[in-house]
Amino acid sequence: MTAATYNFAYLDEQTKRMIRRAILKGIAIPGYQVPFASREMPMPYGWGTGGVQVTAAILGPDDVLKVIDQGADDTTNAVSIRKFFQRVAGIETTTNTADATIIQTRHRIPETPLQEGQVLVYQVPIPEPLRFLEPRETETRKMHALEEYGLMHVKLYEDIARNGHIATTYAYPVKVEGRYVMDPSPTPKFDNPKMHMSEALQLFGAGREKRIYALPPHTDVVSLDFEDHPFEVQRFDRPCALCGAEQVYLDEVVLDDRGGRMFVCSDSDHCETRQAEGFRGELAGEKLDASTSDRTEEVI
Amino acid sequence: MSPVLTVSGLAKTFTMHLRGGIELPVIANAGFALHAGTCAVLGGRSGAGKSSILKMLYGNYAASGGSIPVRHRGAEIDLASADPRTVLDIRRETIGYVSQFLRVVPRVGALDIVAEPLVERGMDRDEAARRAADLLARLNLPERLWSLPPATFSGGEQQRVNIARGFITEHPILLLDEPTASLDAANRAVVVEMIAEKKRAGAALLGIFHDTDVRNAVADIVIDVTSFAPDKKAA
Amino acid sequence: MDRDLPLLSVRSVTKSYGARIGCADVSFDVWPGEVVAIVGESGSGKTTLLNCISTRLEPTAGTVSYRMRDGEMRDLYRLGEAERRFLLRTDWGFVHQNPADGLRMTVSAGANVGERLMAVGQRHYGNIRATATDWLGRVEIGADRIDDQPRSFSGGMRQRLQIARNLVTAPRLVFMDEPTGGLDVSVQARLLDLLRGLVHDLGLAVIIVTHDLAVARLLSHRMIVMKDGRVVEHGLTDRLLDDPQAPYTQLLVSSILQV
Repeated sequence: MTAATYNFAYLDEQTKRMIRRAILKGIAIPGYQVPFASREMPMPYGWGTGGVQVTAAILGPDDVLKVIDQGADDTTNAVSIRKFFQRVAGIETTTNTADATIIQTRHRIPETPLQEGQVLVYQVPIPEPLRFLEPRETETRKMHALEEYGLMHVKLYEDIARNGHIATTYAYPVKVEGRYVMDPSPTPKFDNPKMHMSEALQLFGAGREKRIYALPPHTDVVSLDFEDHPFEVQRFDRPCALCGAEQVYLDEVVLDDRGGRMFVCSDSDHCETRQAEGFRGELAGEKLDASTSDRTEEVI
Repeated sequence: MSPVLTVSGLAKTFTMHLRGGIELPVIANAGFALHAGTCAVLGGRSGAGKSSILKMLYGNYAASGGSIPVRHRGAEIDLASADPRTVLDIRRETIGYVSQFLRVVPRVGALDIVAEPLVERGMDRDEAARRAADLLARLNLPERLWSLPPATFSGGEQQRVNIARGFITEHPILLLDEPTASLDAANRAVVVEMIAEKKRAGAALLGIFHDTDVRNAVADIVIDVTSFAPDKKAA
Repeated sequence: MDRDLPLLSVRSVTKSYGARIGCADVSFDVWPGEVVAIVGESGSGKTTLLNCISTRLEPTAGTVSYRMRDGEMRDLYRLGEAERRFLLRTDWGFVHQNPADGLRMTVSAGANVGERLMAVGQRHYGNIRATATDWLGRVEIGADRIDDQPRSFSGGMRQRLQIARNLVTAPRLVFMDEPTGGLDVSVQARLLDLLRGLVHDLGLAVIIVTHDLAVARLLSHRMIVMKDGRVVEHGLTDRLLDDPQAPYTQLLVSSILQV
């Protein structure tokens, strides 16, 4: 019974209270980055220390936890964080989006619409959307305070000038409740519309940068754009090769060293659920087994 | 008819601070008046202070004493005590000046330099350029020079650009500081004719001309500056 | 806007660093469309004064008021920070001696010019780009350089880009700190000529700090001469240069090299 030596969910109660206060402040001011005293966690920065601390602070004994990494439940990062909380909190875990009360995520929002009562916890590497052009933290804070967001459009302008269209495909900046510009973490912009008016509570934790921010349920989230270059999500010209789903985010999977490839759901739970319901894509027959256990993830 | 500009008790003393603060009185108690439609000429030996008087009347030199009431925008204003913005407004509206040397502006062509005073007063650029071209043609400046900056022009060419720039406007008062100094006889005659036209148009002119022929041709009265010499006043 | 009312009023502005004086008891007004040069040697306090009147450095004493676009005269140091910063990026410009201080060196020339437009809410890429192209043309930068970063520009081009970036929102007042400093003479002449034209065409009020009397003569209507933090003489530029009264101004004018 090694877990007994840890406090519930690893962090001590004072730390959890501190983090909850930051979360509450973040909820009260949607999109605003609340500084918090990020702790050393038993994993390196970049492995989700911010998200883990947020999850630890809100986790209760009755919660059911799902952890995904780029949509998949079975990648190293997701598996190790799930195991971590199983050990230090003894809570139930799941891979099923609908069954989870808390979903910690790296770089994706599940395809299944989230429901009231669910919490989505994002792992955030760089929370400051203005950092690209303004290196001074004192200045970016002032810019947020005074709503000076012209710089965000400078970044999008550069995109169009260089590529003919807004080439930013992930960490695509959004404006929250018409006030704060927020970095949605490196999720594909495909997921941006899911943040808008979500039924679920969305929490963002950046461990190294020591920031927490939040989107309470039913929050207005608008992706920045130009009138003549409106925001658009990625489109895929084919359905998922395994479950045939359309209008979902697909990962490219290399099949061999002769240029063979397939496009499959990035959300592994969504894909498996659909297949269990009898949906089939063009490659489902022969590749089903191999592809669910040996996924090659597109690394962003 | 009342004068358009009066000089009364005007004095100029230079204080040379770099030479122990010695005082150099140049003009004392100068007095005369300028009338519309006439040309007055400042006379007297070189160094008598003709140029200083002209510069004080343009606000370029500060007057050490006295007053220079000038009719400006329907009111009488003392140029000697006017603030800088008023002086600039008087220069824009009332008093024009043709200096001996052209202060060149880098990269600006002769035609534009001549047209500039009109553009500054709000005239359409094309119309201003047309008038500038007429004047330069009249002063026999070769057309191939019009688009070039005058920095490399000869003295006479620069002076003609300068004259054209000074004559293009319709200032009620025009000050002329040896405008014909570097000109040949033909161009001097053109300038004499232009001065006569200004007089007919009702302008009051005040000039310094070292060329006796030109002076005799244009002067209605000659103001002897030696009578304003400070030592004479002291005597 | 009434052009007979001052745009900026500086009253008894003093900046002291303990016992040391940056500038002392400086008062003057600037009217719309007027170019005022502040001249003096290094350490004369001209840059301190420029910073004090452009809200970059709070004076120890005195007031600086500005006529806002609604015609109201406001004490600049009583404006909220948001108002002040808005003023700085819309109604004002600031041209730094070193263009790198006033430009974003890692974004394109077009974005450098367009930034202020985006900051005031323009959201049409095509329009922003068209305006940027137009402004690059006005400062004699080819349209084919619009997507290049200023890092690849010469010093003169960078300075012209900085000017375009400042003027794109049609400011009424522009501060310039030795805008031609550090440039080759021929490049200086081109820049001065360009500035002269822009100032005239746009009816800009400009406060320009320079140690170069030729720059002051070419650009300014009025001049303020400073020494040891104090104004020693002020007045019409050509009168100050041709008939200087104060001992220090006479020294300054007589020190100019003639060519």
